[in-house]
Amino acid sequence: MSDEALKELGDYISGALGDAVVKAEVAHGELMVTLTREGALRGIQFLRDDSTTHCEMLADIAGVDYPSRPKRFEVVYNLLSVKHNHRIRVKVTTDEDTPVPSIVSLYPVAGWFEREAWDLYGIFFADNPDLRRILTDYGFEGHPLRKDFPLTGYVELRYDEEQKRVVYEPVTLTQDFRSFDFLSPWEGMTDVQLPGDEKAVIPLGAPASAAKR
Amino acid sequence: MATTNLATQPGTGLNIPGQPGEVQIKPFTMNFGPQHPAAHGVLRLVMEMDGEVVERADPHIGLLHRGTEKLIEYKTYTQATPYFDRLDYVSPMSMEHSWVLAVEKLLGITPPKRGQYIRVLYAELTRVLNHLLNLTTFALDVGAITPALWGFEEREKLMEFYERVSGARMHANYFRPGGVNLDLPAGLADDIFEYTERFPKFLSDLEGLLSENRVFKQRTVDIGVVSAADALAWGFTGPMLRGSNVAWDLRKAQPYDSYEEFDFDIPVGLTGDCYARYLVRMEEMKQSISIMRQALDKLSKTPGPVKVNDRKVTPPSRGEMKRSMESLIHHFKLYTEGYHVPAGETYTATESPKGELGVYLVSDGTNRPYRCKIRPTGFSHLQAMDFMSKGHMLADAVAIIGSMDIVFGEIDR
Repeated sequence: MSDEALKELGDYISGALGDAVVKAEVAHGELMVTLTREGALRGIQFLRDDSTTHCEMLADIAGVDYPSRPKRFEVVYNLLSVKHNHRIRVKVTTDEDTPVPSIVSLYPVAGWFEREAWDLYGIFFADNPDLRRILTDYGFEGHPLRKDFPLTGYVELRYDEEQKRVVYEPVTLTQDFRSFDFLSPWEGMTDVQLPGDEKAVIPLGAPASAAKR
Repeated sequence: MATTNLATQPGTGLNIPGQPGEVQIKPFTMNFGPQHPAAHGVLRLVMEMDGEVVERADPHIGLLHRGTEKLIEYKTYTQATPYFDRLDYVSPMSMEHSWVLAVEKLLGITPPKRGQYIRVLYAELTRVLNHLLNLTTFALDVGAITPALWGFEEREKLMEFYERVSGARMHANYFRPGGVNLDLPAGLADDIFEYTERFPKFLSDLEGLLSENRVFKQRTVDIGVVSAADALAWGFTGPMLRGSNVAWDLRKAQPYDSYEEFDFDIPVGLTGDCYARYLVRMEEMKQSISIMRQALDKLSKTPGPVKVNDRKVTPPSRGEMKRSMESLIHHFKLYTEGYHVPAGETYTATESPKGELGVYLVSDGTNRPYRCKIRPTGFSHLQAMDFMSKGHMLADAVAIIGSMDIVFGEIDR
């Protein structure tokens, strides 16, 4: 679909859902609609049932973690309309404590996707009938895809020959965890005044011709 | 399989109410897997059984969870590509395909035509590779061993084409953002063409073994029937959806990499049972062979580069790097820092052999992905295991798992 058609679709959704829509935008040829948490269930039901949007399939639910935001989690629903051949991405924000309404009643496939978001991010879905962990180990603690969860995790397991069972132990790294920061290649050189640097500073009030020189 | 001995279960299958010999059957729970040849990997299935009838199936997954998505957040875009090979290790290049398209979309680059055709060629080769494994092991699950022996021989020949183009039989790391790593080596196109001429003969042999086989049909027809509405609601994609009579294929509906230039048909099954899914996959292999031939034909007419000529994204050739200082710098920067992808997000999906393989990629403008959610195909299929196997016999559950084409590399990620 062209960007204009997607924009029209976004305007149509904003108009129909009113204050449940925070914003609707088109980027990279994809339509993204941000809904309020309260309006999420109603909004997604509308997207499924309305004849113009008609998203009969839920392709995916993804959690995203932005620790610096007050509402740190984003729940991203990727909806697909097989009939009209378009995709709509729906976003809802939440934090660690606030539950997001479950959409299992609308799309049965959401059950496992919500379990996954709960498992990996700790996003709580109200009314999900079976909100167990899904990908991590039995008895796992923590939510591994959060940005503040270390890549190595906290525990490692091995088979103990003496106890004849698998035991959990705190992670020991034989080599330091290496994380390279490529964002500032001149790190350590930001506030250093090298000889000659003062020449680069143009004194205030200097004539324009002097600045050019 | 942890077995509860059926023979010691009192009165199994003899529950006739009102009869003098009436016995109460105790429902019992059975643990299927995680180590079982028919579980196709590490599936643990907890099933509540009434005699030999499945009442409820609860798949426990995650036994192959390796934290791919977390690892990708700590790697540059270049370093993240090989992780995709390891998702669905039965169709590695199709996994890379979604990833490179997502990165290209954020970078705003389009690979040259020759690169796109090579990707189409290998994506379809991968589809054959995948379906060969699935159909033959599916047949193995329901009691036929010969297809597996034949199919694996053909797979080996196809993996040789993988090896000739990328150096690796399985984990190819061949598709790169901006095109493919290297052009086809001399003679490979001819050999693949020759193979496509021989392959239909093999397919008809395979079909002769299975399609009208009485035992095979007894085990698959009317087993695990899914209606079109159910298939959509449960997020089925690929042959699972097409087997339920929904003509939906991303290659046609949302074409990528010049798929719109290719002429092929989308097979659909009418009945939505395991047999329909088998037939769909069989026909898809024939279509793939036809697409591969078209791609080879287009490749012979399209000389030129196979990746974008932007040295900020794709590395220079080895020879250039040895002679030119600027190429050396580019090479060094690309393999240490990598390239920075403009901030933005995209959900990009391709039609992998198993269905819609989507990558939801969030970039924050640095050289590493901020978030990369992989939308696995088998995840939603396996979730439907409960309603698909309800009321079927235990042996049918095996047939249903076989027809789902699940691979745990991508489900558990």
